[in-house]
Amino acid sequence: MQRRKRRLATIATTMVAMLAASACAASEREEPGPEGEASGGTLVFGAAGDPKVLDPTFASDGETFRVLRQIYEGLLTSEEGSAELAPALAADFPEISEDGLTYTFPLREGVTFHDGTEFNAEAVCFNFDRWYNFTGTAQNPGVTPYWQDVFGGFADTPDTPNIFESCSVEDDLTAVIQLTTVTSRFPAALALPSFSMSSPTALQEYDADNVTGEGDAPTYPEYATEHPTGTGPFMFDSWDRANGQITITRFDDYWGEPAGLDEIVFRTIPDGNTRKQELEAGSIDGYDLVAPGDIEDLESQGFNVLTRDAFNILYLGINQGQFEGAEAAGINPALADIRVRQAIAHAIDRESIVTSQLPDGAEVATQFMPDTVDGWSDAVTEYPYDPDLARQLLEEAGATGTTLKFYYPTDVSRPYMPDPASIFQVMSQNLQDVGFVIEPTALTWNPDYLEATANGLADIHLLGWTGDYNDAYNFIGTFFDAKAGGVAKLDFGGYDNQELFDAFRVADSEPDPANRVALYEDLSELIVDFLPAVPISHSPPALVIAENVEGLVPSPLTSEDFSTVTLTD
Amino acid sequence: MLRFIARRLLQLIPILFGLSVLLFVWLRNLPGGPARALLGERATAEDVEAINEALGLNDSIFVQYGRFVGRVFQLNFGTSIQTGRPVTTEFLQRFPGTIELTAFAILFAIVIGIPLGYLAARRHGGVLDSASVIASLLGVTVPVFFLAYLLRFAFSVELNVFPGSGRQDVRIDATHPTGFFVLDGLLTREFDAALDAFLHLVLPGIALGTIPLAIIVRITRASVLDVINEDYVRTAESKGLAASTIRRRHILRNAMLPVATTIGLQTGLLLSGAVLTETVFAFGGVGSFLADSIFARDYAVLQGFILILAVVYVLVNLLVDISYGLIDPRVRVR
Repeated sequence: MQRRKRRLATIATTMVAMLAASACAASEREEPGPEGEASGGTLVFGAAGDPKVLDPTFASDGETFRVLRQIYEGLLTSEEGSAELAPALAADFPEISEDGLTYTFPLREGVTFHDGTEFNAEAVCFNFDRWYNFTGTAQNPGVTPYWQDVFGGFADTPDTPNIFESCSVEDDLTAVIQLTTVTSRFPAALALPSFSMSSPTALQEYDADNVTGEGDAPTYPEYATEHPTGTGPFMFDSWDRANGQITITRFDDYWGEPAGLDEIVFRTIPDGNTRKQELEAGSIDGYDLVAPGDIEDLESQGFNVLTRDAFNILYLGINQGQFEGAEAAGINPALADIRVRQAIAHAIDRESIVTSQLPDGAEVATQFMPDTVDGWSDAVTEYPYDPDLARQLLEEAGATGTTLKFYYPTDVSRPYMPDPASIFQVMSQNLQDVGFVIEPTALTWNPDYLEATANGLADIHLLGWTGDYNDAYNFIGTFFDAKAGGVAKLDFGGYDNQELFDAFRVADSEPDPANRVALYEDLSELIVDFLPAVPISHSPPALVIAENVEGLVPSPLTSEDFSTVTLTD
Repeated sequence: MLRFIARRLLQLIPILFGLSVLLFVWLRNLPGGPARALLGERATAEDVEAINEALGLNDSIFVQYGRFVGRVFQLNFGTSIQTGRPVTTEFLQRFPGTIELTAFAILFAIVIGIPLGYLAARRHGGVLDSASVIASLLGVTVPVFFLAYLLRFAFSVELNVFPGSGRQDVRIDATHPTGFFVLDGLLTREFDAALDAFLHLVLPGIALGTIPLAIIVRITRASVLDVINEDYVRTAESKGLAASTIRRRHILRNAMLPVATTIGLQTGLLLSGAVLTETVFAFGGVGSFLADSIFARDYAVLQGFILILAVVYVLVNLLVDISYGLIDPRVRVR
């Protein structure tokens, strides 16, 4: 007994000593720095997923872009809080030659990279030449998706169409980009974080081009994981991958207004409920992808829910079954009949979906891009909710009672589709009301669902898109233009609509901006008449911050700039 | 003893071979693949094809398996498609977290489970007994994510005594020589970091420990009930031995064999990745990464992690077998 008492006493003493020691250590740390500088503090932001890689060239997803947006800048950017294009490292918009092929960019003066390297026309061309001259694994579409999406091929792949011709240095602060063909994607795409400027010194020092792959996956060089070096208001500090934490710190020699915060920590918390509770507990200062059902609760607790302007589209894809094997896959041939597609459009009560299933601020979509994109037309055919007309169209087509395999994803919340299952419920009921028979298939989002829809297995399916930058082609071209083999995606049944495809070619290669907008408006009308899918809605995604976080402006592109953020007591 | 250990280790070879074949076939029969998972909505058929070609996924499954085995012999499990880093690096950085969490959960289960099971058996049919049976049933049936939500709401959001996710407060700038955060804090004398890491273990540890706790309570209770009715206990009582001696030497020691087996099996299970707990607590261990890897179709990580964890599982159970001898000399292995 005596011995046990002694042991308990020892344990208690040790614990008290540990607590005391920790209190001392903590109090030592909390003292201000020796210079006594005003402290901007640390912001902890809860992200839903890990960034993939920190070299912007190799990045393509939202979580990665969020971090890169703070470290890097490109020649152009999107205006704060909107999707409008604005100059960033370019001092102004480029001067464009009459043929639309030569872009002369005046550059901002007095900009340095985080490693002290000067930013100038040579650095610009170094970056463009680097992208164009990638070889080996770096040419994989999973590694350089946006370069290939926007510019096409590489120097050593002459058979792949490519719009980049050259970059030349006119003088220290003037860079000239020469294109091979005109496209609506340039220069708008330069606002994407993927086309940010990296320090040429750091790129060379850390072997940035050396992407290797041995069987399983691409392996990125040191630059992309340990030494990302841009010109942005924050510098990379550390990345703890096992614990999902990226720390960035203020860059004091930033050319613009210096950041208000000392440090930002992006913490990955995959579970939405955990993010909410961690905000409530004060462990994080904000998070993204707020579930629509949580908004009211969060606001009532005093948190600021910031709603972004909707820059996305949810659509119901229709499979016209025009590809080889469509019959074997059991695709309903009736969907090739425009009257059946019109019946679907008139059967769906989009107004009710928007009010009952989507967050405040969501809107019914009349076409496949939000009205902030140049190319949105106010003259598209509308398909109001009209069950009687739907029944009549179906009867005329002799398709009453036809069966539709309706695919929808589970376990996922996308900015344009917070709760797919409930949207499916409403649509399914609407379609059954007018005489369709629905055969539902629910699949896990990635990769099961995406794979099934991309292989044309669904008669109808729910999918959508968040715009990358302000360009009509980025919306409608992604979905409806011809893909490999000169036909449409299998999602939509691989239709071969040459009139539509030709219209895309003409609009994309029109050098005059005003004419181009008119051409895209015509295209919007053409697509809505052809009805390869039914546009459903645009939803505003939300993020939330604690009360003491100020100055964060929500961006429709979900690409917020944290340099304007400050913390108040 | 050495022969016993050697024999058990040799048994690993067919186990690992069989497991690797099963894993390989299973993974490649999952719908979708890494390319689709990598590109998401943005994937086009050509992109998927190009990535599959580059990753060697268009080769026959035999060729792929051959390549895999060739690399495993060099202790190279390949590269994660999610992070682009070697699978072994990913494992070594995450496994210490899982070990710490498992240790906390199992200790929690033992420290509460064995006394509770013992008391329930001694008060057989009483209130405490019924209560512990009901509580242990609840422990097994409550889903982890629900328990996580409740624990975090009570102790993190409302009372603010325990942190609700992660392994360390991001504002603590600690050094981590070993990757075991509590140990690191003690070694580097950053005691605040050690305490913080320990506090971070509490809620996920309890959430993870409830199932082993419930099982240990029930096994201890059943086992003690068996033993207290044995003749030698009655003999000990009638010859006037102190109650504490009877409890320790005659009852507990004899009742512990099945409990030790349970603890061993449960430890092995928890070590092989507390997938749900780690995910809902954003705890950087092997479990949460395994879960991510299934969605990302990260073949290399799934193959590598599961094989390494199989080895760990076998080793833990070997230790349990050896520990039998310590508890009960009659089953000491030769």
